[in-house]
Formats: sequence, C-alpha cells, structure tokens
Amino acid sequence: MTQIAEPGERAAPGFAGTAAEHKPRTRRKFNIQSVLGTTPMIVTAVGVFVICIIFSIIWSFTNSKLFPNFNFIGLAQYERLWANDRWNISVRNLAVFGVLSIGVSMVFGYLLAVFMDQRIKQEDLFRSIFLYPFAMSLVVTGLVWQWMFDPNLGIQSAVRQLGWTNFEFAPLVKQETALYGLVLGGLWNGVGVTMAILLAGLRGVDSEIWKAAKVDGIPTWKTYLFIVLPMMKGAVATAFILQMTGIVRVFDIVIAMTQGGPGVSTQMPAVYVIQHITDRVNVGQGMAAATMMLLPVMLLIAVQYLLRWNANRKAGRA
Amino acid sequence: MTTEAISPGLSAGTLSGPRGPKPKTVTIGRIGVYAFLIISAVFFLMPLWVMIVTSLKTMPEIREGHLFNWPALLTFDPWLKAWDTACTGRDCNGLKPGFWNSVKITALSVPVSIVIAMINGYALSFWKYKGSELLFGILIFGAFVPFQVVIYPLIIGLSKVGLFATLPGIVVVHTIFGMPILTLLYRNFFASLPIELFKAGRVDGAGFWGIFFRIMLPMSVPITIVAIILQVTGIWNDFLFGTVFAGRENMPMTVQLNNIVTTTTGTREYNVNMAATILTAAVPLVVYFISGKWFVRGIAAGAVKG
Repeated sequence: MTQIAEPGERAAPGFAGTAAEHKPRTRRKFNIQSVLGTTPMIVTAVGVFVICIIFSIIWSFTNSKLFPNFNFIGLAQYERLWANDRWNISVRNLAVFGVLSIGVSMVFGYLLAVFMDQRIKQEDLFRSIFLYPFAMSLVVTGLVWQWMFDPNLGIQSAVRQLGWTNFEFAPLVKQETALYGLVLGGLWNGVGVTMAILLAGLRGVDSEIWKAAKVDGIPTWKTYLFIVLPMMKGAVATAFILQMTGIVRVFDIVIAMTQGGPGVSTQMPAVYVIQHITDRVNVGQGMAAATMMLLPVMLLIAVQYLLRWNANRKAGRA
Repeated sequence: MTTEAISPGLSAGTLSGPRGPKPKTVTIGRIGVYAFLIISAVFFLMPLWVMIVTSLKTMPEIREGHLFNWPALLTFDPWLKAWDTACTGRDCNGLKPGFWNSVKITALSVPVSIVIAMINGYALSFWKYKGSELLFGILIFGAFVPFQVVIYPLIIGLSKVGLFATLPGIVVVHTIFGMPILTLLYRNFFASLPIELFKAGRVDGAGFWGIFFRIMLPMSVPITIVAIILQVTGIWNDFLFGTVFAGRENMPMTVQLNNIVTTTTGTREYNVNMAATILTAAVPLVVYFISGKWFVRGIAAGAVKG
C-alpha cells in the first residue's frame, strides 16, 4: 500500500514505497512488551479494518432493516441498489465530481506551483493565502460558498448591482449546475494542498536539468511541461491519491452546501450509505452501497501492485 | 523513498529555495506572473472577506445586497448571538455548547491517539514481531477505506460495549481513524533515526519501555508537533464522526454549526450564520497561522484523512 511521501524530498522512484525497502533493523526476536504495547493497533487493524469490513459485506447480503440480522437474501440488495435511480445518479455525480475536481485541481495546482517557482517576492505570503482554506473544515467551506452562491444576495446580485443585470452565477439553485458549485467549493478548499505538493516536487527536480534545458534553448514553458513534469511522477501520484481518497468519501461538503439537492443532483454514494443506515433504516441496502464504495479502493491497490510488480520486473532485467 | 520520508530534521523539500530561471528585470512575463498569483490570491481570500463583512452587517443592510462591501453600520451583535443565543431546533444556547464539546473531544482524542501511534511506530521500527508488518499493512489499507464501509459495524460494536454516543466513544473513534496516518508518521520517523541509538540503549540493558521513554520519546518532539497540528485540525474539523458517534450530549461544533445554519424555522440570519462559521473555523485557523511551515509538513500525511 502506498506510503505518503514527504513531497519532493525523494520524489524520484515513484510513490510505491514498500515494506521491502524498510531494512530489517533488528532480528525478529519475540518481545512480549512490543505486542502488549501495540494492543490498540492489533485491535484496530483486526477489529475495525478487517472484522468490521467483513460484517459490512455480510450484512449487504441480508434483508437487515433497523437492526442487522442474518436472513440471507443473496444478491437482492445489489440488484435493488443498481436498479435505484438515486444510487445510479450518486455514482454518476461522483464520477463527474471526481474527474472535474481532480482535473482542475491538478492543472490549477500545477500552474500555481510553476508561478510560485519564479523567484517571486512574498512567496510565504502567497503560500499562506493558497493554503489557509485547507485548515478550515469542509462544513465551513460548504456554508461559506452556499452563502456566496445565494441567488438573491450572493455574488450574482452583487455583480448585477454593478450593472450587468443579466449576470447569472447561482449554480446551487439549478439541477444542471449544482454539482459544479460543489466542485468550486471543494477546489477552494483543496487546491492549495495540490500546489504545495507539486511545488515541493518541482523543487526536488535536479537543477542540472534546468541548465541542460537552457543550453539546448528549450523555452521555459516547454521545460516545465515536457521535461520537469514527467520527472516528478512521485509528487503527482501523491497529490492524485490524496484527492482520490478524499473524493470517494465526499460527505461533509455535500451536507453543508446542498444536502444532495436540488432533487438528487448532488447526491453522493457516501451520503446514500449514511442515509440508509440512519433516516431510511435499511441497513442491508446501506451495506450493499458501502461495499460498492470499497471497489475503487481495491482498484487503486491493484493498480499499485501492478506498478510495483512491473517496476520489480524491470529492475530484475537491468 | 518513503521510509525516510519524514525526517527528524526539518529540512522539508518545500522549504528549499526556488529553482526556476532567474528573473532579470521587470518584463511583461514578470507582470503576468504576479497578475496570475494576485488574481488567484483574490479568489482564495474572497470567501474569508465575505464571511467577515457579512458577520459585521445588520440584516437590513445584508438584504440590500452589496455582498462585498464593508458594513456601513458596524455591529457585533451577530457574533454575540452566534455564540450565546442562536437556535438549533428548540435549543437556543448558541454555539458555545458545541465549542466546549469540541474542546473536550479534541483535548482527549489528541493525546490518546498520539501516544498510541507513537508506541506503534516505535514497535514497528525497532521491535518487529511476527505479523507486525501485516498489521501495519492492514492499518495503511485502513487509511484509504471510505469511512462509510466500517461505520455501521462500528456503531453496533460500540453499542455492545456501551460506548456509542458517549464522549469516550467519540474519542475511541477518532483514535481509530487517526491511527493509520499517525502510525505511518511515527514509523517513518523512528526508522530514520540511527540504529546506534537503539543499540546503545540495548547495551545499557534498557528494554522496550526503557528505550522508549529514555531515548525515543525525547527525540520525537519535532514529529510530535506535526502530529499535534494534524490531529487538532483534523479532529476539530470532523463532521461525519461527530454526527454519527458523538450523540446529542457531545455534539461537536461543526455539527452544531451546520444545524444552526440549516435550521429552517424563522428567517435566516446570514450575519449570525457567518459569525458562527468564523467562530467554528477560528481554532484551526489560529493553529494554521501559528504553526506556519509545520502545517505544510503535516499536510502530505494529513490530507489522506480527508
């Protein structure tokens, strides 16, 4: 599994830090204190991240309503899930939200990083400004942007008062645009982090590369795009994975900003799960949805193993 | 790359100087660079500005529009109301109960989760046992699992032991979900220390706890500051666990804020809502501005918590 690297310091070999790289420091002599000391870890790893997940999966095959039971009904919950518009729209929303968020965040984040890298004055000030939203919770983010998007008193009306009377900017009131409003709020909160990680990646690239590019007369923008960017795969991967994990579980900002509406236009899988185990008292259905949410994570892990296996194979040949 | 990723010294990659081509004079390009950065900065600062000016306006002035204007008539009543008397449903005690609940939750969860993770990281670096690496692998997998996948069984489990919807319960939940990333942080930190430190302790006859308390604990101050920043902001900003596990008695500030703002009874008081929003954001913001570059260090590790 990935270990998130301090960006930039050793960005070169890709993000797949492995246990194998971790040199054995001591002989594995059994020490009872060590086991006792890590009891909380044992309980958490096994009890929460194995047993709880297994129970979630088991209950997804039952007709549990308010309380969990063990009346197995096969795949019926999954059939119901994928026949449910609310769920299908949730999944589609998540896909749109994810692709847009990650795409814009990467482009905007990299642009900010590149511009920050131009020996500018007040770099620390700019960094603080780009990063401070991340210190605030997504609930705060959602509520602020909900207010700014207010159709009657928000940005829309402020701009109209300046003279552009046809100006339209209230994405949250329309089903077709609400999701984009959510994306914008999320970006405001998180772009700074992408910027910080990519900037660290930029600074980790060997300065000889810059000299060589200059000697060859390659324009600066080309160097950034085609030479430096491919060299900082580690930082890009770190930024990507951080966003991926955040996006799959997106919940707080939806609740604060739109509550899934208008209609179901900003409904998300994470919200679907919570609604089914609370208000809708349909645990079996909620667990089926939760189990589906595991899939992208499993996919990520599979891709990582594949990459590592590939890297090992290459290393073996060399 | 990663075993040494978070090094004991604070020479974070982010802190080294820019490597870009040297600017010569003021050119169109330079102006473009600053224009882009300043426009971006305006985008990032705009919501904070709007929050502040809205919270200082009276409701009649807000209804006139002019979202971005500095208040014509400055008022601090919304702040008092948000803190003291704003309503969530039938309760009209403002945000203060939520604030104190968040203080309690944070004050308990931060030390508990950090001490446990510190011992984990230490054991995983110096006292591996059969299966310890597997446990660590599971834990890291846990960092990527959407919380929704484990939440329901956890509710049932905590109810069985009588901890659901209690203060100890929410502390346990924060400890569980903080553990993957904190353990990783400490494991990487201890792994980067020279092994001679450990061997010297062994030669002196110190055991697991002796080495931990006498050698490792004093050395881990810098990384612990990062961990504290990470946990204080993360736990303060939590919403999902607070909604599900804290119960009505221990409702954290974020949950109460959301309830105050989205409460549908009566006219919506935007100035009070924005004052409440700033109050909720205040603690992590103060942590951010005091900690500065330490915060950036925590981010790479912390963002994974989502």
